[in-house]
Amino acid sequence: MGRAVLKEVPAGAKVVALPGGNPGVVSLPAAASKPLSARLAPWLTSLLVNIVPPMITVALILLFWQLAAHGPQSSLPTPTKIWAEAKDLITEPFFWNGSQDIGLGWRILVSLQRVAIGFSLAAIVGVLLGALVGQSVWAMRGLDPVFQVLRTVPPLAWLPLSLAAFRDSQPSAIFVIFITAIWPVIINTAVGIRNIPQDYRNVAQVLRLNQIEFFFKIMVPSAAPYIFTGLRIGVGLSWLAIVAAEMLTGGVGIGFFIWDAWNSSRLSDIIVALVYIGVVGFVLDRLVALIGTIVTRGTLTN
Amino acid sequence: MSYLKIDHIDKTFQRGAASTNVLKDVSLDIEKGEYVSVIGHSGCGKSTLLNIIAGLTPISAGAVLLEGREVNDPGPERAVVFQNHSLLPWLTVYDNVALAVNKVFGGRKSKAERHDWIMHNLDLVQMGHAKDKRPAEISGGMKQRVGIARGLSMEPKILLLDEPFGALDALTRAHLQDSIMQIHAALGNTMIMITHDVDEAVLLSDRIVMMTNGPSARIGEVLDVRLDRPRKRLDLVSDRTYIAAREAVLKFLYERHRFVEAA
Repeated sequence: MGRAVLKEVPAGAKVVALPGGNPGVVSLPAAASKPLSARLAPWLTSLLVNIVPPMITVALILLFWQLAAHGPQSSLPTPTKIWAEAKDLITEPFFWNGSQDIGLGWRILVSLQRVAIGFSLAAIVGVLLGALVGQSVWAMRGLDPVFQVLRTVPPLAWLPLSLAAFRDSQPSAIFVIFITAIWPVIINTAVGIRNIPQDYRNVAQVLRLNQIEFFFKIMVPSAAPYIFTGLRIGVGLSWLAIVAAEMLTGGVGIGFFIWDAWNSSRLSDIIVALVYIGVVGFVLDRLVALIGTIVTRGTLTN
Repeated sequence: MSYLKIDHIDKTFQRGAASTNVLKDVSLDIEKGEYVSVIGHSGCGKSTLLNIIAGLTPISAGAVLLEGREVNDPGPERAVVFQNHSLLPWLTVYDNVALAVNKVFGGRKSKAERHDWIMHNLDLVQMGHAKDKRPAEISGGMKQRVGIARGLSMEPKILLLDEPFGALDALTRAHLQDSIMQIHAALGNTMIMITHDVDEAVLLSDRIVMMTNGPSARIGEVLDVRLDRPRKRLDLVSDRTYIAAREAVLKFLYERHRFVEAA
């Protein structure tokens, strides 16, 4: 690994020098540069270790599926049949042959756009409400029981009500995303803020930080790991809810595509869509987790 | 009139129906530029006393007057160096000090002046070289140096040190004590330090305030340490005044006010 560098600090600090001249200060190991091949080798190894086992699992599942669904009386298509029937959907996510005959990539993007709007709103409102509940005992006493009840309501149960309120499917779907994603954000933010160490609060008090400075400079960074846990749960729930909501509201999204395919008995298309949804959900989860790791860098360790 | 006047302070903590009287009738006058240590067994309320001066803990009765004006809320003119350094882990060393400097001098100094002032304070504690490191990447002693730099950077009227070296190993502690002595000599700050280390108290202080055991702790004795400055650790080992002062504090703590529970 890197080599430790023993660095002498110049004794002539501006006003005061430590008695005895120069204390040796050992700096942390510096990253040493190595040839590219040497740096790539462990990376490649870890790639192999992480990629090969799931590949084998998927191959086994496909094989088992092929054998199980094989036969004339089988009600579900085999992988080879799916490939034959829905090849265009798999290989070309972004084709465009008119308003209802479009690639799954486009449909996913439309659904993602709804999730993006609903989830962003949920993130902003959720962090603010969570901050209120975490910071104020009275807000917690008043709001927490309400939140605890509302968060157990299944996402789709909100849909008729929001359709009645907005009279349009697009804002209704976004509202369902919002109301689904907001609870874990609120609850985790509140826990994070209740867990801000008293030391940080003391620092803020000595500095006389005002409410807004305290929110941005102490509260959000300190509660960031908790907030991102909430966001990660929230984005997962959003993706769960959007598919169900789109099945009912119609339009372009991936959810409606599944419903439409079911009505036209295109089972192969449904299975392809399921894989798309799974992969996108996985990517969303990892994306929020990655942003969380970058943003909260250094927050947890003290 | 004294610089800082602690005037007949009482502190009672209420918890439901139970109440604990921590401090009883504590009075103390501190002059400008003085280095005062408060020593006592654990649980005697010395940290509570410091928090009251800082304004972090409300007083039950009595008052704290700084330059004749009553203080009862926290503020940067009474900067605190916390026992566990309390640096914000998501900020670099530079940004931790910058948070204080920008808040305190935001309107009064230009950006360049503030930068110079941040670096000046980091250099003062010999931490200029680590300005881009995060607290997790530096040692405990270095963290406390940054904590001291942050306190000094607020240009406080009084610097309050809450067992600043308690969590450090003996060698690092000695280094930092020397640093503090140098800073005190150079800047002439008024400092109040909470400690439970007798040698540290005698080495650094002009006066040592000895607290009796709680509950209802009060000031038992105040000892003047008449040692010339600058003080040298090695010379003091055989110095008569030093030995006498050390003996006086030890006798107070272990003969007259022995802490029975601390077995």
